[in-house]
Amino acid sequence: MSTVELEHPTFAPQHVGHQFEELDQQNDAYIVGIWIFLVTEIMFFGALFLALTIYRYNYATAFEEAHNALNWKLGMLNTFILLTSSFFMAMAVRAKTLDHRSETKMWLGLTLLCAFGFLTVKYFEYSAEIREHHFPGPTFRWEAPSRANVEANTPLIQMSEAPKGIAGLGNYTPQPIEHHAHQLFFSLYFIMTGLHGLHVLVGILVLGCLWVLIAVKHPAVEDYIPLEIGGIYWHFVDIVWIFLYPLVYLIGRQ
Amino acid sequence: MSSISVPGAVPVPESRKERENYLNIQHTVASWLLTLDHKRIAILYLLGITFMFAIGGAAAAGIRIALVRPHDTFFSNEVYNKLFSIHGIVMVFFFLVPSIPAVFGNFALPLMIGARDVAFPRLNLLSWYLYMTGSFLMLLAIIFGGVDTGWTFYTPYSSVYSDTNVSLVIFGVFIAGFSSIATGVNFLVTIHKMRAPGMTWFRMPLFVWAMYATSIIMILGTPVVAITLFLVAMERIFGFCVFNPVCGGDPLLFEHLFWFYSHPAVYIMILPSMGVVSEVIACFSRKRIFGYEFVGFSSLAIALLGFLVWGHHMFVTGESMYSGMVFSLLSFLIAVPSAIKVFNWSATLYKGNIWLSAPMIYALGFIGLFTIGGLTGLYLASLAVDVHLNMTYFVVAHFHYVMVGGAIFGFMAALHFWWPKMTGRLYPESWAKLAALIMFIGFNLTFFPQFILGYLGMPRRYHYYLPEYQAWNILSSAGASVLAVGYIIPFCYLLWSLFKGAPAGDNPWGAVGLEWTISSPPPSHNYDEVPIVTWEAYDYEPVIQAELAGAAVGHPLMTTEEPYIKETE
Repeated sequence: MSTVELEHPTFAPQHVGHQFEELDQQNDAYIVGIWIFLVTEIMFFGALFLALTIYRYNYATAFEEAHNALNWKLGMLNTFILLTSSFFMAMAVRAKTLDHRSETKMWLGLTLLCAFGFLTVKYFEYSAEIREHHFPGPTFRWEAPSRANVEANTPLIQMSEAPKGIAGLGNYTPQPIEHHAHQLFFSLYFIMTGLHGLHVLVGILVLGCLWVLIAVKHPAVEDYIPLEIGGIYWHFVDIVWIFLYPLVYLIGRQ
Repeated sequence: MSSISVPGAVPVPESRKERENYLNIQHTVASWLLTLDHKRIAILYLLGITFMFAIGGAAAAGIRIALVRPHDTFFSNEVYNKLFSIHGIVMVFFFLVPSIPAVFGNFALPLMIGARDVAFPRLNLLSWYLYMTGSFLMLLAIIFGGVDTGWTFYTPYSSVYSDTNVSLVIFGVFIAGFSSIATGVNFLVTIHKMRAPGMTWFRMPLFVWAMYATSIIMILGTPVVAITLFLVAMERIFGFCVFNPVCGGDPLLFEHLFWFYSHPAVYIMILPSMGVVSEVIACFSRKRIFGYEFVGFSSLAIALLGFLVWGHHMFVTGESMYSGMVFSLLSFLIAVPSAIKVFNWSATLYKGNIWLSAPMIYALGFIGLFTIGGLTGLYLASLAVDVHLNMTYFVVAHFHYVMVGGAIFGFMAALHFWWPKMTGRLYPESWAKLAALIMFIGFNLTFFPQFILGYLGMPRRYHYYLPEYQAWNILSSAGASVLAVGYIIPFCYLLWSLFKGAPAGDNPWGAVGLEWTISSPPPSHNYDEVPIVTWEAYDYEPVIQAELAGAAVGHPLMTTEEPYIKETE
């Protein structure tokens, strides 16, 4: 290992991994790496969007009713917060490329503030939904706003009663299927927004670490690429929400 | 060639002190557990997957014991269900998927493209820890009583009804999946950004092309199965509603999502083996692979087409007739790139200077067995025939010809081919040839009768069967014990060779890949000076010339004076 380090004495101030020849190669690898990582993320969320699309097609009315129960105003607020945070993020990366350290810290700080704001709003949204028994599982309850709507929606699978006497079915009380289709919506809603929230949380960790590293002038963040990587990730989290918000909150709203 | 009599060529002087290499540079346990060296991580993976292979193999032994008699009383039905589930899950997710990429990809890929390491060594180590965590959860699940869903985790049985440790297993597979994703990302970036100067895309060894194609499947497919299994776990643990028909969920959606990964996963298993076979065939017939570009691109074609054929697992699930026809057609199409490979390997052998070493025997075995596995796949891709053969032992025999006859024969070929480079020791050649032969015979004896059983109508996954199937089942079980011997012999002599094997020298096979230009075992930083590649892949002409002249072959393409060997006192 020692011979390798001797070969690159000039790179000492910047962190170039032992496997790389020079900083450019390392930066290229980081950029390619983050984009490939985002491809895996797209596939990860893609399966969920597919499930949402198919079930929405199968249970259009139930899904419409269910997402009318969501608070679209809070969702709107969150969309606004996230979009703003993406602007701050872009400004932070710009400041970093210009080597304005305190400005970078300010923009990055604002981004983090927005991220916390997003999660706070989400907390209030989730609390309200759980209070209304919209969290899927044994406690789930759905009271249809108007029965006429429900009657009109004939489900694809007719099952008026759940089979009884089979182990593991205890949680499911026999109910008309359209009641469960609402649960289907809320299951996907909680999983998709929950996983998105998890990504926001990871984003806070990543950007927070970057903020600290920049604040202490750590040599690893001397180059702007690490912040750029964090930024690309953050924009991705933003984009997922941009698809999530209209598909889950808006479409079909009366 | 002036380089032929390079010092350090075979044979290695006995008196030479052991050089500093990646194995002996540090000896503490911590130096292994915290290593960032791709070669050490490969060894760690090798230990992990060997252990998991033993578990999966033990479960297989149980299955074959149970099936000796039509009405087995040795195991209860519940235990039998758990045996085939554990066998499938362990072998697929914890052995076959990581096997060649994580061990030989990790070890050889950076060496082959002239890199000092993979692009992200920390991510590489993380992937091993993820794999071990997943394996640990799987073992825990087995200790707590196992799982009985089969490796396919079909809902709603897995998500609602089964009262075995499904959640634990799912989390194990989920976590191991991320190890696979990490490996895929790492390899893609490494191949794109870490190639030595002069190592153009069309100078890369075909193993690297195969790893590239495999990595594409890993990054596109694995996240989908991860989220799908996550949904199953949510349904199971919290009573969410995603696939359960009782609340309007669609089990077919699960099957679509599952096979969207799990069919390409078959190519995760077979493509690396195809890469290995390309290396081995070229080296031991002393010829450039016939149609190099076609073999390289056929790997990519398999990776891409592999994502469009998953529906052939669902012909009898009520899938629409028209999508069935499309999936059938696409499944036939994917036979084309596979056939290109087989034809090109055969054409490479033609008029080659064939050296029947142990890796070569495995590689030749691969070609034959993979051809049978692939062609029987076409039976199953035909809509009408599939209605008869689906869920019978014909399917079992088909995918074992691909996964064992293909993937594991490739794994064994790789193990023997790179063993001298990894350990610096030669394995006993005659034992290895014997083991390869035993494995070939045992394998065919085990699985060929299953084609017949399946054709006669014996369903898979059943504990009891009709007495008229017994003769074929006894043959199959007898074959399984022969196959087991074929696994145990290499385990013994490879272990023996670690301590007593003859020193291998830098290039015991006279191979021309970059990894053979450095000492065996390689130094931890691989290359003192990054090599500049000026030759095409598989340029075996100089080797043939040297062998005809009776000279010892060092590395025929390197003109430098061994800059990489360091003597330690």
